[in-house]
Amino acid sequence: MTATLPPETTAQTGWTAVCRYTDLQPERGVAALVGDQQIAVFRLFDGSLHAVGHRDPVSGAHVIARGLVGTRGDAPTVASPMYKQVFDLRTGVCLDAPDDSAVRLPVHPVRLRDGWVEIGSGG
Amino acid sequence: MSTPAPRQLVVVGGGMVAHRLVEALVDRGGVADGGWQVTVLAEEPRAPYDRVALTSYFSGRDPQDLALGDPALWDTPGVQLRRGEQVTEVDRAARVVRTAGGREHGYDALVLATGSSPFVPPVEGKDLPGCFVYRTIDDVAALRQYVTEVDTRRKDGAHPRPVTGAVVGGGLLGLEAAGALTALGVQTHVVEFAPRLMPLQVDEGGGEALQRLVGALGVQVHAGTATAKLTAGRDGRVARMHAAEGSAAGLTHLDVDVVVFAAGVRPRDELARASELPVGPRGGVVVDPSCRTEDPAVWAIGEVACLDGRTWGLVAPGYTMAEIVADQLLGGAAEFPGADLSTKLKLLGVDVASFGDAFGTSPGALSVVYGDPVAGVYKKLVLSDDARTLLGGILVGDASAYAGLRPLVGRELGGDPAAWLLPEGAEGGPASAELPDDAAVCSCNNVTAGSIRDAVRCDGCADLGAVKACTKAGTSCGSCLPLVKKLVTTELAAAGVSVSSALCEHFDVSRAQLFDVVRVTGITSFSELVDRHGRGRGCDICKPVVASILASLDSRHVLDGERATLQDTNDHVMANIQKDGTYSVVPRIPGGEVTPEGLIAIGEVARDFGLYTKITGGQRIDLFGARMELLPAIWERLVAAGFESGHAYGKSLRTVKSCVGSTWCRYGVQDSVALAIALELRYRGLRSPHKIKLGVSGCARECAEARGKDVGVIATDNGWNLYVGGNGGFTPRHAKLLAEDLDTETLVRTIDRFLVYYVRTADRLQRTAPWLEEIEGGLDHVRAVVLEDSLGIAADLDAAMADHVEGYTDEWRATLEDPEKLRRFASFVNAPDSPDPSLSYVVERGQPRPSTAAERTAGEATGAVLVAGPRLEVFSR
Ligand SMILES: Cc1cc2nc3c(=O)[nH]c(=O)nc-3n(C[C@H](O)[C@H](O)[C@H](O)COP(=O)(O)OP(=O)(O)OC[C@H]3O[C@@H](n4cnc5c(N)ncnc54)[C@H](O)[C@@H]3O)c2cc1C
Ligand code: SF4
Repeated sequence: MTATLPPETTAQTGWTAVCRYTDLQPERGVAALVGDQQIAVFRLFDGSLHAVGHRDPVSGAHVIARGLVGTRGDAPTVASPMYKQVFDLRTGVCLDAPDDSAVRLPVHPVRLRDGWVEIGSGG
Repeated sequence: MSTPAPRQLVVVGGGMVAHRLVEALVDRGGVADGGWQVTVLAEEPRAPYDRVALTSYFSGRDPQDLALGDPALWDTPGVQLRRGEQVTEVDRAARVVRTAGGREHGYDALVLATGSSPFVPPVEGKDLPGCFVYRTIDDVAALRQYVTEVDTRRKDGAHPRPVTGAVVGGGLLGLEAAGALTALGVQTHVVEFAPRLMPLQVDEGGGEALQRLVGALGVQVHAGTATAKLTAGRDGRVARMHAAEGSAAGLTHLDVDVVVFAAGVRPRDELARASELPVGPRGGVVVDPSCRTEDPAVWAIGEVACLDGRTWGLVAPGYTMAEIVADQLLGGAAEFPGADLSTKLKLLGVDVASFGDAFGTSPGALSVVYGDPVAGVYKKLVLSDDARTLLGGILVGDASAYAGLRPLVGRELGGDPAAWLLPEGAEGGPASAELPDDAAVCSCNNVTAGSIRDAVRCDGCADLGAVKACTKAGTSCGSCLPLVKKLVTTELAAAGVSVSSALCEHFDVSRAQLFDVVRVTGITSFSELVDRHGRGRGCDICKPVVASILASLDSRHVLDGERATLQDTNDHVMANIQKDGTYSVVPRIPGGEVTPEGLIAIGEVARDFGLYTKITGGQRIDLFGARMELLPAIWERLVAAGFESGHAYGKSLRTVKSCVGSTWCRYGVQDSVALAIALELRYRGLRSPHKIKLGVSGCARECAEARGKDVGVIATDNGWNLYVGGNGGFTPRHAKLLAEDLDTETLVRTIDRFLVYYVRTADRLQRTAPWLEEIEGGLDHVRAVVLEDSLGIAADLDAAMADHVEGYTDEWRATLEDPEKLRRFASFVNAPDSPDPSLSYVVERGQPRPSTAAERTAGEATGAVLVAGPRLEVFSR
């Protein structure tokens, strides 16, 4: 659990490095603390990165990163570990209630740079 | 007030059909009080009995067990049964019958129900000692006595050899008799004049299959053989049967000790002949469709009646006639509607069924035949000339399709008729969906296809269990369950309810099927499995299922490599998630037995980490409010104090609850605590389709509530009784008895097999109770598998459990030793030890609990009520 932090955060660009790409196990999320925001970060089987809000809008608990990752049709998904709602990792939309804007995860920009996973803050 | 004098009804013969007539009259209130005064004159010395079940007399049944209906019938006022009273004359002019004992009985109405007598071919020697017929209890009792006597003499004699017998006649009755002789240990030959067995019911192909099957049971069949004469030995008893010249296979004679004539029956119409009532060309008292003879005061019913130009040799048409006469005697107008001569029998353990136009005599009829000589199966369907309408059929060796087919006679079969004949026909046939609504599906409880459909369509039954509860279908012998299940599935599908057995969109198969795929292919990773046998990347349904299957088939750590990504968060961090995202921790306390030191250690951990504690229903202690990043530190302390994972998070063995048992309890008869501990240590960590709970009680008082568990053990004076399939929860069930008085070793082996068989065959999230209900054959089937090895898999089941026991390691200890696995407990990837800032608690009854939304709002305003959470002091040692 050491040396996961980059030497500095690059706040002026709006990007925060949270971990090395190789720290992420495919299809198992992690939570990251960016400022006072809790963010769930996923590396998928195809190698792509996704970042959504860590707070489960249904239970109010911060648990989304601990959900099971999978697919529904073409959509990469995470299922909340609390009451099992399934969210599209690309859009944050809850696939079980696509029209309910209250049950939706915020999506955060995420990128890979020099082996580091960076979350875009603010946008 | 004067009541009209009751009219006199005299019934001649006290057989099955006479019984039904009296029963029907009494049921309809037609006896006494202004109705009929009934006198039954019965030649046999006993009340009417079940002749159809006569052969069961040989399997040790008491003659009393053959009694028909409620014996109180014969005590009904107005009903008189006179046993051992044979009628010798009917005087129609005087309306009187006379008996062999010289009595007279006057009648207003007379019913002849004299049945049939066995036909004995007029061969020389037919009356020698050792020759028998097969019609009454007295007949079979005499036969049995004779065989026993010969057998005893043989055994004591100088040349012991088995008793040999010949049955003359290879029809229904002959095979019954052959079965009876075989049951007595007699080496049996069947001699049939026709070229095949059961010539009246089956065709040549069926006869051949039947002959092979019967032959395999040790009965020698001589078809195409006529009996010429019987000769006696020196003792004057029958000793040799001589075959007529030109008999098949050149048979000349058989040396026999006993001969049974079962070559058909002749109606006992002698009384009618003597009183000049018309009889049919081949015998039988001629009656019209209301069962009345030429004389309006005289009826004839059952086997003695000639109706529609023929006699009827089965009991069902006889019962119909009895109901008709009862109706007519009470002023009704019922008439004979024709009878279904379909038969389904188990002769000598061999299935034989014939129905409708079995011989294809209708013009243009076509036949579809399926034969499997090796399995001894022959099936034929007779179809109309366009091959669409079912006319009849013959099934030998496997008559399971009979229930589905018989109701379809005269209707379009739908689909490929051949599909009915293939072995899958056992499932109720491909066209069960087209079964007419009035087709009886469950014959035990007389439930039609229509009422099953209604249960789904109108009563909202959504699965097999609900339909069973609602209609009673399949609740007696259970043989119709495959058909019922099929109807339910079809009906649900029609209603748009998805009943696909597919696990989810990623796998088209059920959990049990997927289990077999993994076992057979030896695949060890989810990626390979979904790649080769599924699609996509899985979901929260299939991934845990695959994780559980993989865990059942090898004992690698549940968090190894890719497997970690298949686990629910509970299995992933080995704790139970609670509403605020923290976890609860449950150390194993086998059998609920814990030392004071153990209790103190748990108490200290709870105090030091600020955990809320509560005793669970499973006799252990739950510690709540553990943040994910603290789980390793908590477990380090627990493992150091000698505790291990309690698997409260897994679909696996939870606890074995026990009472204190014979060591302390003054009532206990066995040491329930020791057994519970042994069982818990044996099955700990066993992954399964759903959680499993066990219980052990030290005596029948059942203080451990073992019958509310998946596996319940209750001590007896001689060992243990084993119950299975209980649970509490949403649909509580009491466990059912699987076996009694087992010694400890047998008990454990039986539980081993039961659990592994369940793990392998149950559906996802299916507990043992519904599993037992849904599995074909139910509890009896499972009992046969685990106790008698009926599937030949016991060794495999034993080996699987042995592997589990040997491969067990404590998941928590292994995790603590592996830095790679510990990484997952970081609260934040970039701040591994920071608590979740949103957690907050209040104190209630001296312990922390999550704050409510209202308390939180208030707390933020004042900064007062909240304790713990991120601010909680944690002592980490
Ligand atoms: C071994 C065996 C197996 C069978 N298996 C089947 C089967 O699987 N399915 C099926 O449908 N059928 C079967 N049957 C046939 C079935 O038993 C008969 O169809 C049925 O018993 C007919 O009933 P009944 O009342 O007409 O005649 P019975 O039951 O024969 O009764 C007639 C009674 O009248 C008495 N009687 C006759 N004359 C006089 C008289 N002058 N005075 C007083 N009493 C008299 C007789 O002693 C007899 O007790 C079987 C029969 C036998 C023997
Ligand atoms: S079940 Fe029997 S042995 Fe166990 S505590 Fe109750 S009375 Fe005692």
